[in-house]
Amino acid sequence: MEPALRIRGVRKVFAAGGTEVTALDGFDLDVAQGELVCLLGPSGCGKSTLLNTVAGFSPPTSGTVLASGRPVTAPGPDRGMVFQEYALFPWLTVERNVAFGLEMRGEPRGRIRETVDALLSKLSLHDFRDRFPKDLSGGMRQRVAIARVLAIDPPMLLMDEPFGALDALTRRNLQDELLRIWAELSKTIVFVTHGIEESLYLADRVVVMTYRPGTVKRIVPVTLPRPRDPASPEFNALKKQVTELVMEEQRRHDVDEMGVVRRG
Amino acid sequence: MAGALRIARSLVVPAIAVAAWEGICRAGLVSPLLLPAPSQVLVRWFAYLAPLEPYDPARGGFLPWLLSGELPYDALTSLMRVAGGFAIGAGLALPLGLVMGARPAVYQLMNPILQLLRPIPPIAFIPLAILWFGLGNPPAFFLISLGAFFPVLMNTIAGVRGVDAIYLRAARNLGADEWTLFRRVMIPAAMPYILTGMRVGVGVAFIVVIVAEMIAVNAGLGYRILEAREYFWSDKIIAGMITIGLCGLGIDFFMNRLNGWLLRWHRGIES
Repeated sequence: MEPALRIRGVRKVFAAGGTEVTALDGFDLDVAQGELVCLLGPSGCGKSTLLNTVAGFSPPTSGTVLASGRPVTAPGPDRGMVFQEYALFPWLTVERNVAFGLEMRGEPRGRIRETVDALLSKLSLHDFRDRFPKDLSGGMRQRVAIARVLAIDPPMLLMDEPFGALDALTRRNLQDELLRIWAELSKTIVFVTHGIEESLYLADRVVVMTYRPGTVKRIVPVTLPRPRDPASPEFNALKKQVTELVMEEQRRHDVDEMGVVRRG
Repeated sequence: MAGALRIARSLVVPAIAVAAWEGICRAGLVSPLLLPAPSQVLVRWFAYLAPLEPYDPARGGFLPWLLSGELPYDALTSLMRVAGGFAIGAGLALPLGLVMGARPAVYQLMNPILQLLRPIPPIAFIPLAILWFGLGNPPAFFLISLGAFFPVLMNTIAGVRGVDAIYLRAARNLGADEWTLFRRVMIPAAMPYILTGMRVGVGVAFIVVIVAEMIAVNAGLGYRILEAREYFWSDKIIAGMITIGLCGLGIDFFMNRLNGWLLRWHRGIES
């Protein structure tokens, strides 16, 4: 079967203040249909850059990205993006935010209303449909953002540290919600995080990335049955292993930062 | 209780000022020709406000009669000029600002000449306006629209340029094309700026209308206080000034309410 996502030799160079920074180099990854993959690494490892490339917001300097076999050249509703900052339209109510993608598609009003109703129920947002985003908590806003991309029913969800700004309880709650939706709708999910526990709690495979330039350091399959128990010995053994991998890169990141401080 | 105290406190200084003014006038310390007493101004204001003829049902409804005085006519004339001039000025500035904000090429083309024209106060266009448009309403509309034009333009440009890129990304991701992006994301996202520009623009338009009426026309609040000076009616001058102040306050109140309603989604709205 064709992979949902095929990334081959992706290199991304940014020009930053006269110097060039290689954010990604020789990045290869295949994601199968219906798989939930987490990209894990310290800040500056290029995981968000990679996600933006897959989303079509910024093309790679070289290399190819294929979504369901087709080269990615622009943003498209086949790859629904969920941002850490929610990116809800503050001038639209919850309901209108969720309807936005359907309106873009020119669907008839009745169909839009049905789809929106169903999604609002699915994400327990029904009582908030006429609110504006400013009147919602962070967790609620992210629910709306998830409902908004689910409305256009993309085969793939791209999630850029979506729960990073939430408190621990809300985060766990939304993680469970995401797993429920994923199981029910069989989406392919690429999920960027710097949370080790989060990645092990969610993913089929955890892709640990190297720090600058970002490459695949190690791919860790997580075969523990769901729902996973973060307190179990198996979970913690895995967590210890992945933590060591991430910390190696985190140290390179720290040295780099201190180098900047010393040079500055 | 605290509310009553606050109201009382806010009235103390105005009450003292008016009382002092009245006292100075009553004591004969100043010529009433130069500074009439507030009581005299008030009487004149009501005379200015009142209909010129007694009510006669045969000649029309009660409300038209009530508004048939000189003051309502002047105020209405001035406000119509503000509305008309503002509609022209903002109507031109808004589309231009939207395009300049969204398209850097258009910005680079238009910005130099606009920056050159912007520091010229609308008042400085008066001689040219009279040469071009003669007397009457046309030069007034020209000057008022000029006054409203730049605040709306500059704020619209700033608003569109300042739209957070993440909204554009989200909308593109949901399948929005460029035109939809402009219409359904950029314009609403820039709306707080645009409305601030409009509020400032209406304020400037109101200043300009008073000045324009002093020069080119023969009705309106600005004309009336200049006319009153020729007859040495200083009480009527002050009554007219108070009316101008009330109209300005009314316009700003209305704009504020409109903004509050249009921006009810917005975080940092002033109440």
